[in-house]
Amino acid sequence: MKVLICENSFDPWKELTAYEQTLPPGKTGGSVSFVGTMRDFNDGHDVSAMRLDHYPGMTEKHIERVMEEAAEKWEIIDSLVVHRVGDMQPNDPIVLVVVWSAHRANAFDACRYIINYLKERAPFWKCETTRDGKQRWVEHNTKDPGAAAAVKKVVKSA
Amino acid sequence: MTIKVRFFASMRDRMGKGDATVNFSGAKMTVTDVWQQAANGAPMPESTLIAINMEYTDNNAVVKDGDEVAFFPPVTGG
Repeated sequence: MKVLICENSFDPWKELTAYEQTLPPGKTGGSVSFVGTMRDFNDGHDVSAMRLDHYPGMTEKHIERVMEEAAEKWEIIDSLVVHRVGDMQPNDPIVLVVVWSAHRANAFDACRYIINYLKERAPFWKCETTRDGKQRWVEHNTKDPGAAAAVKKVVKSA
Repeated sequence: MTIKVRFFASMRDRMGKGDATVNFSGAKMTVTDVWQQAANGAPMPESTLIAINMEYTDNNAVVKDGDEVAFFPPVTGG
């Protein structure tokens, strides 16, 4: 299990491949990955740049906790989260979540759990610069239509 | 009793500072007491999230000497 907070741009596929080399050979049946990238629009405005702030220490702690919860709920082999902070441009990767498991269902469920709970609990904040040069804090994350169902399922099975 | 206070994101902008120190000589101090001193009486926004020593809590929690109390808006990562 690894959490990496990056101040510079990162290549999700290089991170995934590099970490995969550390896993025990022959045990993994598959991996599920989620890559979040920066949009050039939000809430009806064109967005030209973004800065991501975080709370060092607390951020890593709560992402690790979410990953541990996922590992308790589903049979997985390992997981990786890489998250950007600092200044970024549209199309830059913001977050990478990867889960490896012997069977795909566990990897899909655990990956969804980690990204959904990361978005709810990990202390990051987005500050956007719109095309007209104004800066504004993003007040809430875009709701994932499937997230509520996933959360309900987790609560029900707990 | 000395408490380290941290404000993040829009809360930092609103307060005009990212850090503060609060001193208290009474027997018991809650997060609400910390906020009132650190924010100079400004009302706490309803959506404020609170952490003591990097663990989420609420404004009724009691702090102890040396604690770090953070106030911040809803998180928007991922």
